[in-house]
Amino acid sequence: MNVELRDPNIVMKLSRLGSFHQSKLSFLRSFLKEFKDWEYKRDLFELNENGYGTAVYSFKKSTRVYSLICYANELNENERSDRVIATKWDAAFVLHDGVPTKQDIERLRNEVPKQEVGRLSYKELTLSRANKSVRAFNHVVESLSKGNQPDIELLSKVGYLYRTTAVYGSGKFGLADRFRIKNREEIYGPFRLEMMLVYLVRQFTFDQANHVAKNKNPRKAVSLDVEICRNLGIGNSTGLGMAPFIVNHPTLLNNWIVAKEIALKTIREIKDVKTEDSDLFKVYLKKSIKNITSWNTDSEYQQKKIKSLLEDINKFIQFIEKDFDFLKEFAFNNIYLWAEENLGEECIEYIISIMMEPYDDIVNPLINQMSSEEEKYFNIPTDRTIGELREILEKKYSEIIKIDFSKKENYQNFWFISKNKEEPRMADRFKENGSELEQPLAIARDIKKLYEVISVSKNSSTIDKFLLNNNDLRHVVRRAFIVEKFPYSEIQDNTIGQSIIPIDMLRLKLSFFGALKFDPRSDKWLRICMFQGAPLPHELKNYNPYWVYNSLN
Amino acid sequence: MKSLSEIDTTSKRACKAAGYSWGIAEEVGKNIRLLEMFGLPGIKNLNDYFKKKKQKRFESLNLINKENKAIKLEFCPIITGTSFLDQAKALENLNEIYFEKIAYPLLFLPFVSRASEIIGKRIFIKLDDKEFLLNFNNNIYSNFLSNNIVENAETISIKFLNNADSFDKKEWEELYRLSEDTFVEESDSLKETGAGAGLTDND
Repeated sequence: MNVELRDPNIVMKLSRLGSFHQSKLSFLRSFLKEFKDWEYKRDLFELNENGYGTAVYSFKKSTRVYSLICYANELNENERSDRVIATKWDAAFVLHDGVPTKQDIERLRNEVPKQEVGRLSYKELTLSRANKSVRAFNHVVESLSKGNQPDIELLSKVGYLYRTTAVYGSGKFGLADRFRIKNREEIYGPFRLEMMLVYLVRQFTFDQANHVAKNKNPRKAVSLDVEICRNLGIGNSTGLGMAPFIVNHPTLLNNWIVAKEIALKTIREIKDVKTEDSDLFKVYLKKSIKNITSWNTDSEYQQKKIKSLLEDINKFIQFIEKDFDFLKEFAFNNIYLWAEENLGEECIEYIISIMMEPYDDIVNPLINQMSSEEEKYFNIPTDRTIGELREILEKKYSEIIKIDFSKKENYQNFWFISKNKEEPRMADRFKENGSELEQPLAIARDIKKLYEVISVSKNSSTIDKFLLNNNDLRHVVRRAFIVEKFPYSEIQDNTIGQSIIPIDMLRLKLSFFGALKFDPRSDKWLRICMFQGAPLPHELKNYNPYWVYNSLN
Repeated sequence: MKSLSEIDTTSKRACKAAGYSWGIAEEVGKNIRLLEMFGLPGIKNLNDYFKKKKQKRFESLNLINKENKAIKLEFCPIITGTSFLDQAKALENLNEIYFEKIAYPLLFLPFVSRASEIIGKRIFIKLDDKEFLLNFNNNIYSNFLSNNIVENAETISIKFLNNADSFDKKEWEELYRLSEDTFVEESDSLKETGAGAGLTDND
């Protein structure tokens, strides 16, 4: 049986993208898999009794070394802010390419804590900063220093000791450009070095808490229980900065989604599902419920989604236990079709993630195809014709060209870069100033405009002639020829409409990172947790690849 | 040192702010990245051009012909370059193209370099006395090693070079004969077991 890849008009809708969940394809899981054989070391740990100072952690394999340098600083309570406008943090981190010299550590000490206003060099790969969850960190230190383990219930509500507020890579602030490192096999998957930074930061948070507790009460203090450590991750506050990324990197977006879609298609095409695979699917489906029931959020929007997800999962479990026979041919295809018929988007995408769990042989080859050589597809094929362009627009943007952009509600918002922090923002064009400086992220509106202009152009005319008088549409002409080759490269929705929920765009990206427990704090930013339940660095050589479902929280 | 990614982003935004469309700004971002990667003064020239552009209205050249003369002021290197890139496949048939007066011609260069990759031919370009051999957008050979701003070029010639060997037949044969010294003479018995040997091909 040949199953078709899912229609981009379904998959690439914002509500669907905003329902994606972590899976075996997620970058933090594939990072752990890639680096499990690397030698992990804590090379330097020079903190004072309050936990301030410098630490270095590394991963090494033959001659290649990646080192995380951590700078922990004292921060007044009134200075602590997760907002991007903050200028000070509890700790700042940089991933250095190789073993840093003393001079490197000193040079970076002056730059890394300054983050966006500091300057890095091509020897540095990723940059980040993080703030303590004061209530979790202090509770842990207090408990350990008295010889007790912390209250698991309190920790499970938070999920981490620190949360990062930004992770930068790929040439930002002088960091190494991707071209310098892209041929290294260990980082073929996207965001590997960002994942490494976050993973090592997590270990630093445990070491720092243990160190402060020990200094507070050297006689009585105990170390944080390994099991508790494993069930703590790293939090992250994410704002709109992520949203334009997925619009600005269309081939990369395509390669992420297409990996998921090929995995789903291949699994649906399995004629006879082995009992061990269906058992594994059922086991992790049930185990994963803990991740939903422990999903805390004050967001009404997310609470509704969680409630409906939980109801749907229970409905689905009832279905596979009572009415479903895995021995029938094409069992996963039947499951998928039933899910589409009976469940909401959030649950459908959840089930797809779990369907991948038994199939390393299907998923693993796809992981290394999730990067993109974007430059290759940048040039516009100007010898193509208007007729061909029209066909692409009608085929690939069929829903978009139906949107009526003369209606206010369909172009209510605009995207811009804020002057004070150079970060992407979204605002109501009828209430705020600056829409004349709009970023080119209103793809649906501009595609519709392109369609209207070419509808009065000659079909036989070539693109080079069209562009002579229409360079204002050049950016969307380029995109149209990209989407022709990369069907999942475009969000099939209006990103400036009145009803847009920007966190759907963030959720898409974060699900590919492998984030759990999305906690929207508004429609424009959210908190997440990464690596919760993941093995600790010293356990990597032999770890349970299904750790995501083993969290105690 | 600025990363190429920063150079790309900042050039793109500056280009938009200077009045070009986002699509052209994207081209310029990539171009300045290329110039800087090849060791040519992209940022310096772009910055100066945008300052001059506020005072002067450079001419736009949309449709490129074999000979192109600016009437009053110099041609805008960005619009001329975009047109050249877009029309590269058609222009290739002209073999040689001439321009009179292009402002800040180094900004025009990366468009031509990218055209070299698109059409799969080397391009030789002369900006007055400055010569550049553009090799499929992989590298640029030049007698221009300065880090200066070049405000204009009076005469610009572009030649599409046919794909041809840079050596003669004799030189190739001599080298080939030497390479044969790495081969081993096959015995008769080995020849009989080679692929296809011993079978009739008429079955």
